[in-house]
Amino acid sequence: MSTPLATTAEPLRRTTRRRGSVDRRDRWVGVAMVTPQVLGALAFVIAPLVTVVRYSLHEWNVLSGSFVFAGADNYDRMLADPGLRESLLASLYFSLGLVVLNVSLALLLAVLLNQKLPGTTTFRTFFFSPVVVSLVAWTIVWSFLLQDDGGINGFLAGLGVDGPNWLRGEGTAMLAVIVVQVFKNVGLNMILFLAALQSVPEEVQEAARIDGAGAWRRFRAITLPLISPTILLVSILTIVGSLEVFAQIAVLTGGGPGNSTTVLVYYLYQQAFRFNDFGYASAISVLLFVIVLVLTLIQWQTRKRWVFDEV
Amino acid sequence: MTPHHHRRRGFAAGLAAATALGLTACAADEQQVAGEPGTPAEPVTLTMTVWTADESQLALFDEIADAYVAENPDLVSDVEFEAIPFEDYTTSLTTRLAGGNPPDLAWILESYAPEFVRSGALVDVRPALEATEGYEVDDLLDSSLALWEDGDGLYAYPFSNSPFAMFVNTDQIAAAGQPSPADLVASGDWTYDAARDIAAATAASSGKQGLVVRDFEYKVWENLSTVWEGWGAAPWSEDGTQCTFTDPAMVDAMTWIHDATFDDGALPGPGTTADFFAGDAAMTITQISRASALDESFAWDVVPLPAGPEGRQNVIGQAGIGVFAQGEHPDVAADFLAFFTNPENAEKLATYFPPPREQLLTAEVLGAANPLLSEEQLQAVVVEGIQDAVTKPAHPSFARLQEAVRAELDALWTADADVEAVLADVCAAIEPVLAD
Repeated sequence: MSTPLATTAEPLRRTTRRRGSVDRRDRWVGVAMVTPQVLGALAFVIAPLVTVVRYSLHEWNVLSGSFVFAGADNYDRMLADPGLRESLLASLYFSLGLVVLNVSLALLLAVLLNQKLPGTTTFRTFFFSPVVVSLVAWTIVWSFLLQDDGGINGFLAGLGVDGPNWLRGEGTAMLAVIVVQVFKNVGLNMILFLAALQSVPEEVQEAARIDGAGAWRRFRAITLPLISPTILLVSILTIVGSLEVFAQIAVLTGGGPGNSTTVLVYYLYQQAFRFNDFGYASAISVLLFVIVLVLTLIQWQTRKRWVFDEV
Repeated sequence: MTPHHHRRRGFAAGLAAATALGLTACAADEQQVAGEPGTPAEPVTLTMTVWTADESQLALFDEIADAYVAENPDLVSDVEFEAIPFEDYTTSLTTRLAGGNPPDLAWILESYAPEFVRSGALVDVRPALEATEGYEVDDLLDSSLALWEDGDGLYAYPFSNSPFAMFVNTDQIAAAGQPSPADLVASGDWTYDAARDIAAATAASSGKQGLVVRDFEYKVWENLSTVWEGWGAAPWSEDGTQCTFTDPAMVDAMTWIHDATFDDGALPGPGTTADFFAGDAAMTITQISRASALDESFAWDVVPLPAGPEGRQNVIGQAGIGVFAQGEHPDVAADFLAFFTNPENAEKLATYFPPPREQLLTAEVLGAANPLLSEEQLQAVVVEGIQDAVTKPAHPSFARLQEAVRAELDALWTADADVEAVLADVCAAIEPVLAD
């Protein structure tokens, strides 16, 4: 009995050995493939992150070159800083306004342009084109249009309407920045929604139609649930993007009037690059990082409740 | 030497700063002094950051630098002038410092002078200037140096002292049937009220703008100091510890500016762009160095700043050249600075930058370089304009104050603003910074 066993065991061992070397080779190939990515992430994501945390624990005056350990002083300072509170509120206002306007407009455009009508390709190109325009160039053109004597008020005057001083009014400045940003990026979200809409199976729609469901009912009960993963993706991208808004504020309003458009990143920039207070600015960056992290985690956790294909 | 002009964006430097992992920093509370330059093993390359991109100015700098390299081949092999756009200048400079990559020399804007001078970032260049043969340190005007001194030390050389003046579009003013500002200067009636009346009437007649305080744009409020100095007003006390925005002189001056804008339309309102040099406005208050932007498209004149209720106060915009203590070769850089600004080279630089040297501040010297301006204009505006002039507001915490005042003053720029209440808010906002 031992011989047959031995003969059957021999090829088994050989196979195991061969598979082992294949596994090892696969492993090395895998390691080689991810190494550039890991090195890149280490150098450009992890290392700056760790460095920023380190800076945030120091009092760093660039001009005098002093770099002194300050413990949690910068974090304590955040708690008592009314400017930071104002900028958080401004960021909240901007993000909410942007997400609501951008996502709903993008979805509306996608639904309209998903119809099989002549000219839709032209309109798709038209709405998408701002996405590929340089952000700063786009914003500078809008800064001219939004001036008191600019193009928009000129147009309104033609209609007999006395337009407000968009970028100087407390109530209108943030709205103007939001609208400029929505027009810039709505095309990208529109394309994502279009792709999602086109992947909704025609036969499901057909079945609902035969069952007597109207257009609105079909949209609400079939289309929306089927494109919910895209809505999640677009919402995350838009919220995270909205927290990073900087160039639009710098070009259009400089944080004013008052501090009404001083959003978190602009406030952070002022502390670091205008006031040379890199330690405090680093502490604010850590706060921004935590906010983005928490928002993303919340969205991923809640996706099971409202995203169709995760159920 | 091949001239190298580099235009660098602030963000490139910002990236360098953000990824600078090892920060070598030391407390630099004590001020450093530039000494006698020892001969380096290899001739070094010096860098100087500037905010001009004017080719003829950069060519002049290169010419002076070439002469220095020719005289000191063992010390210096090359001097590079790096042009950084004016809007981002100070930010880019401090970002370079943060990244551990300071230039050897840099232009410094007057508003930030106290911050740079007191920070320990710059070396005391006085000994280097005094030790240079033929430098004639005594010829430098005390009033020009004041902003750049701390105790006995001189931390930058104020190479440019450009007076603010009023440029007027005489075509537009004559077309509106308004009196000529030059005549009012001659008769002693050149006041801010007269300028306001002319500006309002000319704007109404031309359909363009009246009086533009250039570069103010409802953000850079420190440029309004050219106006409020006529009221004897100042934003804070001389020692920089007390807010004086609520003093009667400042309230009167700001009320005047507000009413001239919103009641008379003499000044363009917020959100309106008007470039005097493109013919968009009747008058503008700006530095005399802007004269080079004028062409033949309209008839113009340049006159001194008008008088306010407290008389006429000359205001100059200054720029200094400092040597960074953190630079690799501060001693060599200070030696180059002494050469760059010696009497002979200061005369060449006077083409663009009125020097702080008494002997060179004559209509003849300046006239040779400014063909657009007559000797009378130069005498009245530049030579006399630099005497007893004050600079624009400056403070060791200027950037914070600039931002805080800007944010509060935004409330002033509406037709129904309560000037006194807004100025009280300004003081409430900046007092913690001033007390710091």
